[in-house]
Amino acid sequence: MTGAITKRLLIVAGKGGVGRSTVTAALAVDATRCGLRTIVAETAGRADVARMLGGRAADPVVEVELQRGLHHVTIERRAALEEYLRHEVPGPFPAATLARSAAFQAFVDAAPGMSDLLTIGKVWELVQRPRHKPHAHEYDLVILDAPASGQLVGLLGAPHTFSAIARVGPVARQAGTVERTLRDPHTVGVVAVATPEQMAVSEALALQTSLADRFGIELDAVIANRVLPSRFTSADALALSRAAEDPAVRSARWFAARAKAQRAQLARLRRGVAPARLTTLPFRFETELDRADVERFADLLGSART
Amino acid sequence: MSRLAQALSGKRVVICAGAGGVGKTTLSATVALGLAVRGRRVALVTIDPARRLAEALGLDALDNRPQPVDLARLQRSGLEARGELFAMMLDSKRTFDELIELLAPDPRTKEQILSNPIYGHISTAVAGSQEYTAIAKLFEIEHEQEYDVIVLDTPPSRHAIDFLEAPDHLTAFLEGRALTALLRPSGHVMRAAGIVFAALRRITGVELLDDLTTLFRLLAGLLDGFRRRAADVHTLLGDPHTGFLIVTSPERSAVDEAVFFAAELDRAGLHRCGVIVNRVHPLDRAPHDAVTVAARLNDELGAPLAEKVASTHVEVQRLADRDAGAVDRLLRALGNDPIRVPDRDTDVHDIGSLVELHNDLFAA
Repeated sequence: MTGAITKRLLIVAGKGGVGRSTVTAALAVDATRCGLRTIVAETAGRADVARMLGGRAADPVVEVELQRGLHHVTIERRAALEEYLRHEVPGPFPAATLARSAAFQAFVDAAPGMSDLLTIGKVWELVQRPRHKPHAHEYDLVILDAPASGQLVGLLGAPHTFSAIARVGPVARQAGTVERTLRDPHTVGVVAVATPEQMAVSEALALQTSLADRFGIELDAVIANRVLPSRFTSADALALSRAAEDPAVRSARWFAARAKAQRAQLARLRRGVAPARLTTLPFRFETELDRADVERFADLLGSART
Repeated sequence: MSRLAQALSGKRVVICAGAGGVGKTTLSATVALGLAVRGRRVALVTIDPARRLAEALGLDALDNRPQPVDLARLQRSGLEARGELFAMMLDSKRTFDELIELLAPDPRTKEQILSNPIYGHISTAVAGSQEYTAIAKLFEIEHEQEYDVIVLDTPPSRHAIDFLEAPDHLTAFLEGRALTALLRPSGHVMRAAGIVFAALRRITGVELLDDLTTLFRLLAGLLDGFRRRAADVHTLLGDPHTGFLIVTSPERSAVDEAVFFAAELDRAGLHRCGVIVNRVHPLDRAPHDAVTVAARLNDELGAPLAEKVASTHVEVQRLADRDAGAVDRLLRALGNDPIRVPDRDTDVHDIGSLVELHNDLFAA
């Protein structure tokens, strides 16, 4: 990302295990520092980002303030359905009863895209100003910690899938509205996260292609996570290869070879995603990342922006 | 015999399971290779291998059947195969279509299902359909009895357990009891279903409901077949010759998942045949503070490089400590000693690096 954050919705995408939640947390901290009233949304009832920021998992679709200006919500489809029925469907239907009925659940499972539509529909609702949900806060920025790439394409495609099969009715109409928002490059940006490894880079590049082909969305920013520093020169590497066997020498050889392989993958990623800007975050030799690491990553993302 | 070879001896089906991102696909290919090297006729079913791994195996996406892998190339890397290896990439949609073709009572029903607009979405988008087709493919290949052993890679889901639950989820979905009650209400469910139906009509329009009704009416003819399949799959998964190989990385969330999955396997009476911890950093048991290490290497490497090496070693040992903790935790929770695979300095990209990984995996 260059300059100020102007998008209303940032979708953080990438392969499983690349540190998507950490990057989401850091982006949120950075946005909050810029004075943006921010909410992080996680799907499928997860609360990894909330925990990373020192919060706890709340009930689904309940928005909680983790710190001043930084909010969190976890979206789970049954709760999203109940909320949808309560606020958006005219008529004398008891929303909770309806949402919990086995028949309605079966319908949600059977209607293609319905389940994903409820999730992405809730994300869309968070972006709205004014909000559709009565008495709800308005946000400057929504950051979605998206599911892994394959599922993300399904999630973003859900409004289209659903309106294609339902054709008429309020849901089909609303799906159309959601779809238009998702395709608006002024509103929505995608941040791809990858580690500089073959599979993760391939997945980021494949995601870029499918987002462009299917939705006309371009990557806003690409973040390479867990990048090792270039610590050893090629002369060092040569000296290490000739050195006597020693546990420390083995560690250094591993590090040097890993860093070299990473540089090749980083170059491949950089070429593949140009002109989107690539920002790197360093590998942390820590057991588990904590709030301080997130703050440091937010510093790096902030300075990369300016 | 190596510990892994011992754990897998006598198995006819080996299912590799674990959290996403732990290297499951590569390790399942390596396990299959190792079994072929040891004289067995092996079929490998992978889900979505990285291009270079697929190339290393000589796989292509065109066929939904196991194809022979040329193992003569292994000799150059110093490994001789006494058995044979066949490998395939799962085509989920095609496997589902084949299943419909197999189970449809007549050609007309088959055509109507395959051309139904909603079917196309269901076969790819319903939660668990990839897991289900993986199991269906496993069952099909096992049934043909052409191989001594089948190695199955499992789809990248957040939770390994999704895999075990897929057949029941899908059957329950296809049975669509609740949905049938909704679409053809009768008796005491009439009133409740009537309300839901009215609400749905208001929300989605009646056409979607009509399409769904048509599809589920068509699928009803295949239900007995699906139920029989699910029962047969349960029998196959529970067979003593079927083993689950749990794959994890040393990261906490992956280990949590492995421990949880092992407990689920035990609860379901399924057989675990081992745990592999991938990407372990070797622990240095000698004192390894930066000063000691730098002093030791000073003469050989010169001060600037010795200091860099020493600080790198201290950092890598922090990871090694974490990894040792993960191995201990797995040992305590699962009762058997995990097989450790050292972290490699590059990705597996050709047959040579696959052989190196094989040598690590089947060492001692």
